[in-house]
Amino acid sequence: MKKCLLSGNEAIARGAHEAGVKLASAYPGTPSTEILENITQYKEIDASWAPNEKVALEVGIGATFGGARALVTMKHVGVNVAADPLFSFAYAGVRGGLVLVTADDPELHSSQNEQDNRHYARFAKVPMLEPSDSQEAKDFTRLGFEISEKFDMPVMLRTTTRISHSKSIVTLEEPVTGLPETSLKRDPAKLVMLPGNARRRHPIVEENLVKLGEWSSDQPFNRVEEGEGTLGVITSGISYQYAREVYPDAPLLKIGLVHPLPTRLIEEFAARFDKIVVIEELDPYIEDQVKAMGIDCVGKDKIPLCGELTPGRLANALEMPSETESQAPLNRDLPNRPPNMCPGCPHRGVFMELSRAGAFVTGDIGCYTLGFMPPLNAMDTCICMGASIGNATGLSKVLPEEERNKVVGVIGDSTFLHTGINGLMDMVYNKGVATVVILDNRITAMTGRQDNPASGWTLQDERTFEVDMAALCRAVGVKHVVEVDPYDLSATRKAILEEMSRDEASVVIAERPCMLMKRDIIESRPPLYVKTDDCTGCKACLKTGCPAIEWDAEAGKKGQARVTGHLCVGCGFCRQTCKFDAIGSTDE
Amino acid sequence: MSKVSNILIAGVGGQGILLASEVLSEVLMNQGFDVKKSEIHGMSQRGGSVISHVRYGERVYAPIIPEGEADLLFGFELLETARYLPMLRKGGTVLSNNLRIFPPEVLLGKQPYPEGLEEAIAAQVDRFSVVDGLGLAQKAGDGRTVNTVLLGALSRQLPYEKDCWLEVLKKRVPAKALEANLEAFDLGCQSVD
Ligand SMILES: Cc1ncc(C[n+]2csc(CCOP(=O)(O)OP(=O)(O)O)c2C)c(N)n1
Repeated sequence: MKKCLLSGNEAIARGAHEAGVKLASAYPGTPSTEILENITQYKEIDASWAPNEKVALEVGIGATFGGARALVTMKHVGVNVAADPLFSFAYAGVRGGLVLVTADDPELHSSQNEQDNRHYARFAKVPMLEPSDSQEAKDFTRLGFEISEKFDMPVMLRTTTRISHSKSIVTLEEPVTGLPETSLKRDPAKLVMLPGNARRRHPIVEENLVKLGEWSSDQPFNRVEEGEGTLGVITSGISYQYAREVYPDAPLLKIGLVHPLPTRLIEEFAARFDKIVVIEELDPYIEDQVKAMGIDCVGKDKIPLCGELTPGRLANALEMPSETESQAPLNRDLPNRPPNMCPGCPHRGVFMELSRAGAFVTGDIGCYTLGFMPPLNAMDTCICMGASIGNATGLSKVLPEEERNKVVGVIGDSTFLHTGINGLMDMVYNKGVATVVILDNRITAMTGRQDNPASGWTLQDERTFEVDMAALCRAVGVKHVVEVDPYDLSATRKAILEEMSRDEASVVIAERPCMLMKRDIIESRPPLYVKTDDCTGCKACLKTGCPAIEWDAEAGKKGQARVTGHLCVGCGFCRQTCKFDAIGSTDE
Repeated sequence: MSKVSNILIAGVGGQGILLASEVLSEVLMNQGFDVKKSEIHGMSQRGGSVISHVRYGERVYAPIIPEGEADLLFGFELLETARYLPMLRKGGTVLSNNLRIFPPEVLLGKQPYPEGLEEAIAAQVDRFSVVDGLGLAQKAGDGRTVNTVLLGALSRQLPYEKDCWLEVLKKRVPAKALEANLEAFDLGCQSVD
């Protein structure tokens, strides 16, 4: 059988293919995004980007009600958005199996919080599998569909960044055959979650969970690895790997199904050892339940609650530091290297003007959140996707008149269609007076350039309808909708100032495609250069924060700016800020 | 437990670190090792500091290298090489590109790009080689082959035949760029002893 080096995400996509999945739906979000991107290689799967996670799950639920196996994927915070269908769907159960992947992000590598979504499994009464490497990511995806159908429940598969984005060796298998055909089948007592029906379904769900927990104590995905010593380790997911770095030879219970926990197996295991250590990342999810079973254990009293585990952090927490001696840090001041907007990023123009206008910016999530960074310093709040507009409405309602007009919400196209549109509807309906700037770069850039309903393309690279942003804003009642090209700073300035001064909701759409657009629609412009005879060293161009402009302290009388030719894309922001006409284009 | 070897690759988002670690991992897998590699996608890609962990041996557990246990630090940019020095074990090897990419504070003139990094690293580690990645890439006929030059230099640190590398490289390089890449790999090989 073929062996490949696959990431956890690639392995989940492969697992879906092997499991005979017919439909996959998702909204992008790090670290989950590559699952759907990889699934497109399996042509039998109808794979699509939904506008948000709630819709993605609802599409998946529809497919299982038709008898198909469906995969739905999202990042951890996406489950917050999809929680509403999830909790009631858990009562209805499935027809074809459904696996919902939640990709958590301990350490917040690319997220706004580090919530531990294992709690969702208990809360929503849904079984949860937790793989420890790519092989298990694939195998547990297949297993998830089997459990889902056997116990009539959706199944969650939880990865973390180090599972999704690590590669390890996977042995591939052939896809299953003989799955039932899809068809319509009415079953209202099970599928219509009205109080009468849901009330009858709830005890069935509880019974199924008990049966599943009992069954899972004897299944190979929960396994005891025998070892030496009187200390027993209980662990799951990525923590298993760290546990093995620290305790290579200890007896260990590796839990594959973390909800419901295999309580019988845990009791039998714990009874054999003097001391039990529960090793898990983030919350004491297993530990609390083990303690509730009356088993004493070491856990979060020693192991950190915040951030991801690493072999070193775990070893230190358990007072077993490594014997290897490491290099000392270099005795130098090393400047940080935070991420930055790309040269030519159209968002830059909007933030330069918001900063100049002294706006109080309620922000949102996307590449444009980098508008927060110096030297732009133009973002004052950021909570979750879509929040910018509601935040702006609320602020505008409570502030005194002279401050009210300073409030501007900024939101990307993908984020606007995700959950921003509801906020805009509210702003108009309830007479909020803030300004909203939609940063329309025609793509979901932050997560790696996925298409969305405003880009005119599907995940399968087919042409589709392209949402008309301006018409959509007008349709919810915004009277003043202005479209500008953010590369034109004075037009952008004029539009922002004019709309900010209005005592009603208004929208500026800053439209210009992302510089990294994979489709060939970016006009190429010649790079710019600094005319050394004219540059006075005023540093105005440095305030763009463009990575292609650097300060040369030695040049000119008091230093001069310099453009790095191979990075410059000729967008012209710096040129428009230069009062001395000291920036020229190489084609003039 | 038999020894696991650790290579940490460090650089700047957009430099092609992930591709290099991909090639390296595949070469190692073809040698019959258990291999794991790990890196962060997303936010850091926008010009931020990026690292990729590659671990191999008979059986590898954690996909990330235990702190201070890298055997080889493979840097694509000098400041990033310097930044991750504490991930290296005493006696470990450093192989770095000589490129300097200015981070935001340096571009703005608020902080200098540290001077004398090469000398400082050389003073601290026993085995340190610097490669003129861009210079050699241009010599190979295509400035975009820097990564291949660096992989060539890396190949000299590991005991596998050149063909093991070329076999993997050939699958990843478009046909029309193959010649320049093969030349770049050779120049990289010759640049270190
Ligand atoms: C609920 C939720 N889902 C997904 C994400 C991941 N995510 C962060 S920003 C973003 C979209 C950014 O796209 P857009 O609004 O178009 O802005 P751009 O990055 O293109 O500037 C996504 C999907 C998230 N943070 N929260």
